[in-house]
Order: sequence, then C-alpha cells, then structure tokens
Amino acid sequence: MTLHRPESLDEALSLLGGGAVVLAGGTDVYPGLRDGPPPSRMVDLTRVAGLRGISLRDGLWRIGAATTWTDVLRAELPACFAGLKGAAREVGSVQIQNTGTVAGNICNASPAADGVPALMALDAQVEVAGPEGPRRVALEQFIRGPRNVDLRPSEIVSAVLVPEATGQGAFRKLGARKYLVISIAMVAAVVEVSGNAISRARVSVGSCSPVAVRLRGLEEALTGATVAEVPGIVAGADLPGLTPIDDVRASAAYRREAVRTLIARTITDAMEVRDVT
Amino acid sequence: MSLDDPKGGIALTLNGEAVILGADPAARLSEVLRERAGARDVKVGCNAGDCGACTVLLDGEAVCACITAAGQVEGRVVETQRGLLEGPEGQRLAAAFQRHQAAQCGICTPGMMVSAAALLRRGGALNEAAVADALGGVLCRCTGYRKIIDAVLDASRHKALVAEGDRAPVSEGGVGARVERLDGWPKVAGLERFGDDVAPADALSLRVIRSPFHRAGFTFGDLDAYRAAAGLELVLTAKDVPGENCFGVIPGFEDQPVFAEGETRFKGEAVAAVVGTPEALAALPDFPVTWEERPANLTPRGAAEAAQLHGTRADNVMCRGRVARGDAAGAMPGAAHVVSGDFSTGFIEHAYIEPEAAVARRVGDRIEVQCCTQAPYMNRDGLARILGLAPGDVRILPTATGGGFGSKLDLTAQPYVALAAWRLNRPVRIAYTRTESIASSTKRHPSEIRMEIGADAEGRLVAETFDGVFNTGAYASWGPTVANRVPIHASGPYLTPNYRADSAGVHTNTAPSGAFRGFGVPQSAVAQEQLFDMLAEKLGMDRLAFRKLNCLRNGDPTVTGQVFETGMGIEACFEALEPHWAWALAGAEQFNATHDTVKRGVGVAGGWYGCGNTSMSNPSTIRAGVTPAGEVVLHQGAMDIGQGSNTVITQIFAEALGVSVSQVALVGPDTDVTPDAGKTSASRQTFITGNAARLAGAALRAQILRLGNVGEGAEIGFEDGTIVLSEGGEKRRVELPQDEGYALEVTESYDPPTLPLDENGQGVPYAVFGTTAQMAELEVDLELGTVKLLRIVAAHDVGRAINPLLVEGQIEGGVAQGLGLALMEEFLPGRTENLHDYLIPTIGDVPPIESIIIESGDEHGPFGAKGLGEHCLIPTAPAVLNAIAHASGARIHHLPATPATVRAAILAQRENGTE
Repeated sequence: MTLHRPESLDEALSLLGGGAVVLAGGTDVYPGLRDGPPPSRMVDLTRVAGLRGISLRDGLWRIGAATTWTDVLRAELPACFAGLKGAAREVGSVQIQNTGTVAGNICNASPAADGVPALMALDAQVEVAGPEGPRRVALEQFIRGPRNVDLRPSEIVSAVLVPEATGQGAFRKLGARKYLVISIAMVAAVVEVSGNAISRARVSVGSCSPVAVRLRGLEEALTGATVAEVPGIVAGADLPGLTPIDDVRASAAYRREAVRTLIARTITDAMEVRDVT
Repeated sequence: MSLDDPKGGIALTLNGEAVILGADPAARLSEVLRERAGARDVKVGCNAGDCGACTVLLDGEAVCACITAAGQVEGRVVETQRGLLEGPEGQRLAAAFQRHQAAQCGICTPGMMVSAAALLRRGGALNEAAVADALGGVLCRCTGYRKIIDAVLDASRHKALVAEGDRAPVSEGGVGARVERLDGWPKVAGLERFGDDVAPADALSLRVIRSPFHRAGFTFGDLDAYRAAAGLELVLTAKDVPGENCFGVIPGFEDQPVFAEGETRFKGEAVAAVVGTPEALAALPDFPVTWEERPANLTPRGAAEAAQLHGTRADNVMCRGRVARGDAAGAMPGAAHVVSGDFSTGFIEHAYIEPEAAVARRVGDRIEVQCCTQAPYMNRDGLARILGLAPGDVRILPTATGGGFGSKLDLTAQPYVALAAWRLNRPVRIAYTRTESIASSTKRHPSEIRMEIGADAEGRLVAETFDGVFNTGAYASWGPTVANRVPIHASGPYLTPNYRADSAGVHTNTAPSGAFRGFGVPQSAVAQEQLFDMLAEKLGMDRLAFRKLNCLRNGDPTVTGQVFETGMGIEACFEALEPHWAWALAGAEQFNATHDTVKRGVGVAGGWYGCGNTSMSNPSTIRAGVTPAGEVVLHQGAMDIGQGSNTVITQIFAEALGVSVSQVALVGPDTDVTPDAGKTSASRQTFITGNAARLAGAALRAQILRLGNVGEGAEIGFEDGTIVLSEGGEKRRVELPQDEGYALEVTESYDPPTLPLDENGQGVPYAVFGTTAQMAELEVDLELGTVKLLRIVAAHDVGRAINPLLVEGQIEGGVAQGLGLALMEEFLPGRTENLHDYLIPTIGDVPPIESIIIESGDEHGPFGAKGLGEHCLIPTAPAVLNAIAHASGARIHHLPATPATVRAAILAQRENGTE
C-alpha cells in the first residue's frame, strides 16, 4: 500500500490517476472500506501547503480543501456563515469534526452530507485544480447525484469559495438522536431582513432529495414576508425539488411534512438572529 | 515526502516517547497502535468512526484512530489513555472515573477519558452541555452516561494532582458500602485486557465466511486449491468438526451448527472459516462458494406457510408457554371497563462496544480459549461437545468482557478459533467486525402482542388475557426461556385474579433471538403498562393511584399462585414516586398552559422480574481459602461484565467472613481453578452466587473460629502470616498449616428453592422477585414528533443494596437501554448492521436519572439482597410511551417511537379522535 503525502498542489496533482484515492480526514474513506484493506494507493492532501484555512480576498471567502469542520467552528466568520457553523457542530462528533473536511463532505456526495445545504444557501462554488489549470463550478452543479461529482480522476477540489454576503445564516438538523446521527432532514438558510420583512432568503434542504437543493420558488415567495407570515408561506409553497424516500431513518411521508416545519423554523431562527455561533 | 513502503517506518511521539513503527502507512492507525506499538488501550469497536472507542489525541485533538491513516501521524504527537495517566488531566480523570464508577465494563473508558482530557486541557469552567459535546462521539452501552458526566465535571473541579494513595481503589466497607469497583483501576488506567487484547504475537488470524442471503443453498469449489493459492494455513467447514456440529444453551434445543450444512438459515450464518497470517487474510481472494438464494421468511406472520427450518418443529413453532389462573375468558365480560390493544417491538441489538473476540491455543491434548463471555462453564461444555473432548479438557480463561447484556452467553467466536488451534497446534485469534457482530449474534426477540385487561368499577383488576408471538430467529438460543418467562411476568407486579397468557416462539430466517436483559419481559411491559394507562383514563383515575391500588402486597398470590409473605416491595416503589409524580404533573400542566407546539408529559410504569432460572436448578459454587501465608483468596466465578459482581460478591463474602474487602484477594473465573458460579444472566449473580459467597464466607469463618477455639463474636485479623483472633480484648494467634495449596479451604454452593410449574403454569418459578417503578418526564414537539427527555425517576426494591453505587450504575445503564428500546433502536436484518444505522442512545440522549433505592429485604437473598440487572429497563420504555401519550394524546403501539412514528400517531389521533 502506498500513502503519498505531497506538500504542494502540483505534486498532489502529479500523483493522481491510476486509481489513486484522495485522502484528507479519512472520515469517509475508511468507513467506506467496510473492514477491508486500504486502497493500494492514496494521496493525502493534509500536508499540501496552503490547502488548509479560511481567508477572505476580493469579496470571496476561500475555504481550503483541507479545512476541517473544527477549523470552521473556530474561525471568525460573518453572520451569514452561522448556518455553516451550525452544520459544523452537528457533523458526526468532535472526533469527526477534528479531521473531516468541508471539501471531503462535498466530494463524498452523500444525500445527507451535513455541510452541503449550508454551503448551497451561501451560493458556494467549488474550485477544482487539475492538469489544465483551475476551474470553478457552482456547488449545485458540482454534485451531480449521490456519490457522483463533477471531478475527473486527474483533478482534486482545492477550495470551496463563498461570495461575501450580508444576511443571517441558520441551520437545523432533524435526527433520531443527539450526536453521531445521520439526518432525517436538514435545512439551511441565509436571510436578509429589511425593516421587519425578508428582503432576500436563500433556503436549502438536505436528505430529502438525491442531492441537497435550493428552494428558489420558496425563496421568491418569502421576499417581503414578516416572521409571522413565514409558516403560512412555507406551508403553502410548492416544493417540487423535494423527492424524499423511505429509509431506515424515516418515511418519505414524514420527511415531506416535517421538512416544512423545519424550513419555517430555520428561517425564523435566522430572522430572530439567534446567536448560533 | 512519500511513504511508498513501510521500510522507512512511521516516526511519531507516542505517549511522550519517540517511536518508529514499521507499518503500512495506509493502515488504520488503531490497528498499528495496537498491533505494532502494543497500545492495547486503544479499543476497536466499529472501524467506522461510529463508536469512538479508539479515540486518541493527535496533536492534542481527539480523533478516531480507526479512520486515520497511520502514515498521517508521521512527525506528530499521539496520546492514548495509558499515556494520559502520566499527566494531570489523565490522573484526575482516572481518579474521578473510579470514584464515580464511570467505568462499568470499561471498553469505552479509553475513548471517554481521552475525549475528556482534550476538554479539560482547554481549561475553563465546565457544564453538562460542554461535557456532552466533547464526549458525544463515544458510545457507552453500560453506564447510561450519567456517572461519566459526573466524573468529568468532578475532575474539572480538582485542580490538584491526585495523590498516589488515592489512585488505588478504596477497598474498605462491607455490605451496604459504596465501595469503589475493586476491579476498576485497570479500566481507568488503560490496563484492562479484553477479548482481542490478549492474543500472542505469533497467533494466526481467522475469518468466518458467512451467508450473504437470508436463506441459501451453497456449494464449495476446490477448497484445497484455494487454501494453497491464498497462502492459508487452514480452511474449515462442517466436515472438519470432530465432535457434534451443533450448539445451543437450553437442553433439548441445541440446534445451531458451527458451520451450516447444505443450507444457511439466516443472513450472516457461517459456512466456513479461513485461517492464516494477518497478511494472508488481508489479501484474501474471493472464497470459492456458489450461493443459491432461496425464498426466506423474516416474520412470524408467514412462518406457518414457510419452509420448515427445523424438522420436528411444525409450523416453525419452536415452543409455547402458558400461564392460566382463574377464568380470564369467563370473568372479562363482567368487568366494568375493558381495554385492549396490539403492540409490537422489533429486533434489538445488544450493541456492546466490544465485539466478540477470542484466542485459542492447544496445550497437549487440551484446548484453552481466552474470550469475552458471560458464561465460562457453559462455553466450556459447549466447546467440548463440538470438539469431541471431555469438558475437563477444555479450559476457558475469560478476559475482561466489554459488555454482554445477554448475547455473550452463547458461543460465538470461540468454536472457530478452538477448532483451528486444535487442528494447527498454533494459537489462533479472531475479533468480529461490527458488521459481523450485529449480523450474526443473538438479538432481543421482536414481539407481536395482543392484550386485553378488564377492571371493576372501583378500578380493581378483574381479568387479563395476553397473547404474545416472539420471533426467535433461525435457532432456539434462549427462545424457550423467553417463551416460558413472559407468561409468568406479563401481568406485571399486580394482583390479577383471572389471567391467561400464551406465548409462542416462532422460527424465521433471521439472526437467532436470544437473551437480552429482561428475556421478553420489557416487551410484554410495553403492552401491559400502556393498557394500564388507557384503563386508568377510562376509570378517571390517577395513573399512579391505579397501579398502587392493584399492586401485589405481601400475602397476595402472583399469577402462578406464588405467595410472598415478605419482601414484595412494589407498593413502596410506587409510594416513593408519589411526590415526584405530583410535582411533575403540576409542572407539566403549568408548562402546557403556555406552550402550544411543545407539550410536556409524565408517564409511569411498574415492573418485576424473577431472579434466576425459571423453575430450574441453577446453582452457583464459590471456593475460598486461606494460604499458608495468611492471605484470604476468593475464587470468584461470577463473570463481571461490567455490572460489578467482582465487587459485590467480594463484599458479601468479606461481610460473612468478617474481614474487610481489602483483605480478600480475587482469583478470576478460569475454569481450571474456579468453580462454576453459573452464567451472568437473569439477575442471578448477586442473589445466587452472592448466597454461595455468603455461605463460603460463613463456613471459612467457622473453620477459623474453631481453629482458634474462640466464640462467634470474635474478630478475624491477619498479621505476619498468621490469623489473629480478637475476643473480649484478648488476642489469639493461630498458626496456619504450611501445606501446599490452601491452609484452609471451603467450597459452598447455593441453588435457589423453586418448584416446577404445572400445565397451567402454577407453581414457584423463582425464589426471589425484584420490583421497580419508574417515572419519565419529557417534551414532545407535536409538529416534528421529536421527544426530549427531561428526567427519569427510578425506584427499585433491591431487598438490600450490597453496594448502592453499583445499584445506581445498573439503574442508569438499564434506563438508557430502555430509552433506546422506546425511541430509536431497531435491527433490520441486512440493513442496519453498523452503529450509524443502528442507533443507540448517545451521551446527549440520556436525561438526569434519580435513583431511589428501596430495601424491603428478602427471605432468601444474601443479607436480604435481590437481583437488579434486568429490572432496570423493564418499566423504562412503557413509562416513556405513557409520557408521550400524556403529552401528545398519541399512543405508540409499534416501537420504536421515532420522530416519524410519533408524528404519524399524532396525526392519526387527530383524525380519529381516539387512541
């Protein structure tokens, strides 16, 4: 077995291909082995210079690909990131948060990825590094389906990018126990309020469709709403993007219904500016 | 830098020492630390980051070593539980864990302490929420987490280094004292050795080949060619079993093959095993087996029509049980109020954090097996039958056992390693993977229960009928025990003049259902105690008052006609809850007046459990001696799987002998030197082995007093290798014979007095019943169906608390398992074979638990003590379900009460306006 530990992005890229598995926190790679032996060749990104950390430049927040959930929690970030921080706190456990990365969560492309709804609500983009140079893809396009992302074998995600924004973030995860739980449904929102009404809402839902989705129709319907009006608007909204299934955690019928409660509460959380950091 | 091969080694600082480990850099760090660095205090419970047992500090941050590549720690600092003991946080934590008995079995303790150390190092004042956040990634199945929270908070307050003297267990105090766990220090110091921690370095590894289908025929390819090509030492199948290819636990029901022959009956059943070096097993090619999937039946509903699993068991009914008293059918129409309902529960997985593990070695013409177990002698006899040996030629050397709860009674891994070691004459080891453990070990029986209960106009019980069908899976295991025990217990601890209870254990193509804390009684309590609430509502009676009105009192006959003249303590349990009940009801009413979405509810339930085997002999034997050097030695064979028998039995023995526990040295349950104290199950050890220990202590005391020719009141002491007897201010020295072996020795047995049951189940099934009443306070989010527990109050009549700290530990751990049964746990064969799809409560899911210990004494128990282990979880689930109904109006008939289930019940209740 070979574990490559490159120290530069170019070196990392040169090691890709040929069935190499990209490793960072290991929190998805190793469970995925199901007690089997490790892959014959892995490329560990955790020593690549400049790949870990969060910075702001030219109106764009950059979350390096090796940035862990604990890094997110410890970073000083504006209010719109409150949902992402809320998600960071609910990823698995402290152990998982300490090594699991934001980019890894995206690349694993689980329908229940804790970080994806919050990043979608932030209009996150994915920066991909490859032999032809870097490219950027909107997160919504990057994840094509369960375990399926827009990434060639010769490429890695180098960063997640979030445009600077105003507004208040919020996140709610519904599960059957407190810690170490895969969600039944998740909602993330970033809400801007003008006066006492919503001027712009961004809402994303996870675990209720093959890939987390933004609810743009609902977002439009919420513009101009006061806190009191939110539950009614959410209850009456058409949410065609949500196609929940029955699984061991909950029925589709329950998800379909409960997610509306969760959406209304998450938006309300953001409007009431709960300090979730 | 690139670690392309292991020749360079991985350089790291491990527990303060620079080490270089020659290992595959892609290997799991947990495996490398355990197997290459000897850090056996790093435990492996899941290999998926789901349980946290392998938590280590990596540059000061808690990580799961099982999902970290070994090569990633190059140049970094790794700390394990053992290393933390060298620093102030670890020392404070170890002392606090020991003081609070925060370690029961001890398998999660390394993960808990390491996680807590990271938290303590950050400094600052702590609260429960911060502790829970820090420890939320470590699962514990024994403690219910409350004492772990207490210990961490306590450690955070003790800034000073703990003095050396405080490290040792406090070992003074007899019966009734809160003695710290006598075997606790190794658990908190990273020294405890469990089933997978004891294999010699040269041991071969074994892997079991299992059926991927619920039912399948199978044929092997060329196994010899495969063995040679794969570089294996041995391939085992049914034809390699020298004795009987069969095991079981109930006489007449031994029906489970070590290796299936011709057809597998459940998904996960073994058909073969391969043995080789770890390297050979890591590179194992596909095993040459061809499967032919066959139609399978997974529920009792289709069992009568399904293919018969066992030749002699028509309609796939393994066995039935019945208790009948009075005339239930005749009396029911005369009842003023009648309620009835259908209730069901699913498979429950034991989910001990230590998967099954064993290592075997051949010693001449004997075989020795080290393993985690609840039943060393049953394992010995079962293995002897499989190997075709005399029982005396099999030696079981139990390791520490990382939780059992019933499933480690049965043979699991032991036959495979024993067969392989016997054939190869080399040590062979195995540790089950989590998936393998969940797929193949026994489960709590799923239940389908219909029950009807009638009361008169004043609220007194008139009649009950109970019909319970239990899915016993592919093999009998402890299914007959469940079928027999449930009808005796389904009335609950209440005076029920007309009673008819029928049970059936039905075979299906699923993992065998066996023993699990309560043996079917928690399932029947879910039905009976919920119907009691429905009946109280019909009567317009307070739910606690209804139970108190009907509970058994001394002199009342049980449903088997047994009458206890003393020690029936259930009324005292309900009375102990009364102030809490009134306060909680008032609190809920006040809360609900001002809240619409979240509603508060309070529930109560009673429970009882007969200690020991049902109308069957189940003796325990205790051996003790005094060495020529004057050391008292207790051969303590009651397996301590975390519940505390090493401490309790010693306290009883020391009390009877008249010495302090610190003067007693323990010899463990090695079958070569320690007699059979029976199995650790059925809440029997404190009662039965405790009695044997009491008799042994008393007999040894009599010998000593006789030797010194002193009276019964004399005090026994030891000085300079002699016994010193003090009486009336005078001291008398007794020189001990300097023979080989013990200078003085006793062996005493105890078998509880029971009587057989007649065809209507009338008789004396148990010498002792323990009773309990628990109360749950919780909040239900009516829109989401989520349940938030606020508090549990648990009153338990334990007769006499030998060690109140251990009693609390049993209660809290049992309650946590009851919460899991009520709210989240369900094993679905083939679907929830890991610890992220099969959910057990985390540290954030168990609310504060207030234990109320009632000591009503007992006619037979040692110093009046009764058993306790199973009782703790019996009322928990129904108390929670009754509280959910109180809060929401919705009655949950089919467990678990997940958010989706609760929400559906709320919607149904709104639609129908009824339960």
